[in-house]
Amino acid sequence: MRSLWLQVAAVTSINLKSIAQRRWLSLSTVIAIALVVIVLLAFLAMANGFQRTIAGSGADDIAIVLRAGSQAEINSTVSRDQVRLIEDAPGIARGADGKPLISPELYLVVDGIKRTTKTKANLPLRGIGEQGTTLRKDVAITAGRMFSRGSNEIVVGKALLREFEGLDLGSTVAFGATRWTVVGVFEAGGSVFESEIWADLNVVQSLFNRNNIVQTVRARLTGPAALSELKNYSDTDPRLKLDVKSEASYFAEQASQTTDLIQKLGWPLAIAMALGAIAGALNTMYSSVASRATEIATLRAIGFGGFPAFVGTLAESLLLAIIGGLLGAAATYLIFDGVTASTLGGNFTQVVFDFKLSPWLIAEGVALALIVGLVGGLFPAVRAARLPIVEGLYAN
Amino acid sequence: MTAEHPMVRLTGVAKRFTKGKETISIFDHLDLAIPRGDFIAVMGPSGSGKTTLLNLLGGIDRADAGEISVADHRIDGLSEGELAAWRAANIGFIFQFYNLMPMLTAAQNVELPLLLTKLRSKERAERVQTALSVVGLADRTKHRPREMSGGQQQRVAIARAIVSDPNLLLCDEPTGDLDRQSADEILSILQLLNGELGKTIVMVTHDPAAANYAKRVLHLDKGRFVERELAA
Repeated sequence: MRSLWLQVAAVTSINLKSIAQRRWLSLSTVIAIALVVIVLLAFLAMANGFQRTIAGSGADDIAIVLRAGSQAEINSTVSRDQVRLIEDAPGIARGADGKPLISPELYLVVDGIKRTTKTKANLPLRGIGEQGTTLRKDVAITAGRMFSRGSNEIVVGKALLREFEGLDLGSTVAFGATRWTVVGVFEAGGSVFESEIWADLNVVQSLFNRNNIVQTVRARLTGPAALSELKNYSDTDPRLKLDVKSEASYFAEQASQTTDLIQKLGWPLAIAMALGAIAGALNTMYSSVASRATEIATLRAIGFGGFPAFVGTLAESLLLAIIGGLLGAAATYLIFDGVTASTLGGNFTQVVFDFKLSPWLIAEGVALALIVGLVGGLFPAVRAARLPIVEGLYAN
Repeated sequence: MTAEHPMVRLTGVAKRFTKGKETISIFDHLDLAIPRGDFIAVMGPSGSGKTTLLNLLGGIDRADAGEISVADHRIDGLSEGELAAWRAANIGFIFQFYNLMPMLTAAQNVELPLLLTKLRSKERAERVQTALSVVGLADRTKHRPREMSGGQQQRVAIARAIVSDPNLLLCDEPTGDLDRQSADEILSILQLLNGELGKTIVMVTHDPAAANYAKRVLHLDKGRFVERELAA
């Protein structure tokens, strides 16, 4: 057994040291594999970044109330009477003044212009109640001030401001028939709310003729069991045909649809490219075996077995693959990690998010590279192991 | 003893090659006995089967019929794995173009056959040093093939062939790529290995001057041997 491993080590060492003799072909394989990994990781980083932005937006102690069967805020309606019933519902926390900590909200789509492409896109304008900011984590005004109640003023999420033009502090913008003044810029811990425009609920209702309805109600819960209390309350009162979810689970559902879509695009594309890279790896490794035929045959003639030739060839292929994989991962990190993009979210409005690579995603990319190397090296390795000695000795 | 137990015995060996639809017979019924300690040069026209004979003796090619024994050991029925182990223990190959691993040093090249043994690293290093000393390259252990002349590379190849102390050395045109002076040096080493260390040597060559270093010359023609004794 010791002798076998010495043989494997010797042949592997010889193979790896001889890669320099086939540098251009080997380099082309490395690059092909790196490109596969870049494509895959770019999609996965996009999905991950989107998922983090959306799913990271919700809190477990905040309930979101929507019309029964609504998939998203955009197609939900909650009447004024239902809001009043929710105010009296069990499980909802109350402030020092005894008022329920809830925020009825109206969610509308307005037009915006992308800075990069100068094209129109849907932006979310959210009318929020008095408790709207306190029901969200890490909300802070970073420039200007909060809008005044009763005025047509807006504050803009900083991610939205980065991606869309015409929303700079102090500027006025037309939404519907009204001009609005941007009086502040806010951050919200990198969550999806940074992709929104906020205004006073009553003003939005009035100016968009939605006086008697909102679309959602957010409510702070009194404790872990409060969500089911609130659900029971909603289910048992026939006037409340509503869905009650924790904000965290609502955003997790929202994220999963788009994330799945991105991943379902990314993986097939990467796999299609991987098939091309496998063809490249096969070509490289068959060439490698052909160029080393005399060396392989000489070692076999001396008494080395076929197994070390097999392992040595496979090791070369895997080494090229792992170099390609790491190169691809490094390139993806340098090119894409942290890059800001926007896409349509579940509410048919733009969600601004950053591409985000993670160690696990990098491991997935390198694993795909290794699969390319394994498949691309397997058949040439079998060829190396079975190469007739006489044929190899006189091959070159 | 030598007559009854030769180092190499071929009995009724046949070897054919198929090229397209054509079958070419190299040997039809070849018999040969090479005594232990002999030094034989095999000559003959191109295509006469000299190299094929060497390959059969070394167990890297298979006969279509007949028996091949080396040191009283039948090798024609061995599996690939058994043949590989047998070659490692019994055969030293010397090739026309040296067949050294270009990325390894002289010492690493010579050490290769010892990786197939149970010898420890220190013992292997001692053996490598001894083999390189025999061929006069004790001071070139760290040189790579590209840093050496053709003659020096062939001497490294000889050291590799003898390092595991095999009984039989098979040399395929060992001086075919060398100038006269280098060729004479190589042939002198082979003579030394035969005369002083008792190695049985079978050398295929086109070069009559090289053949003169052997004890016997076998002319291979149309699948048959024609023997000619050389003057000592």
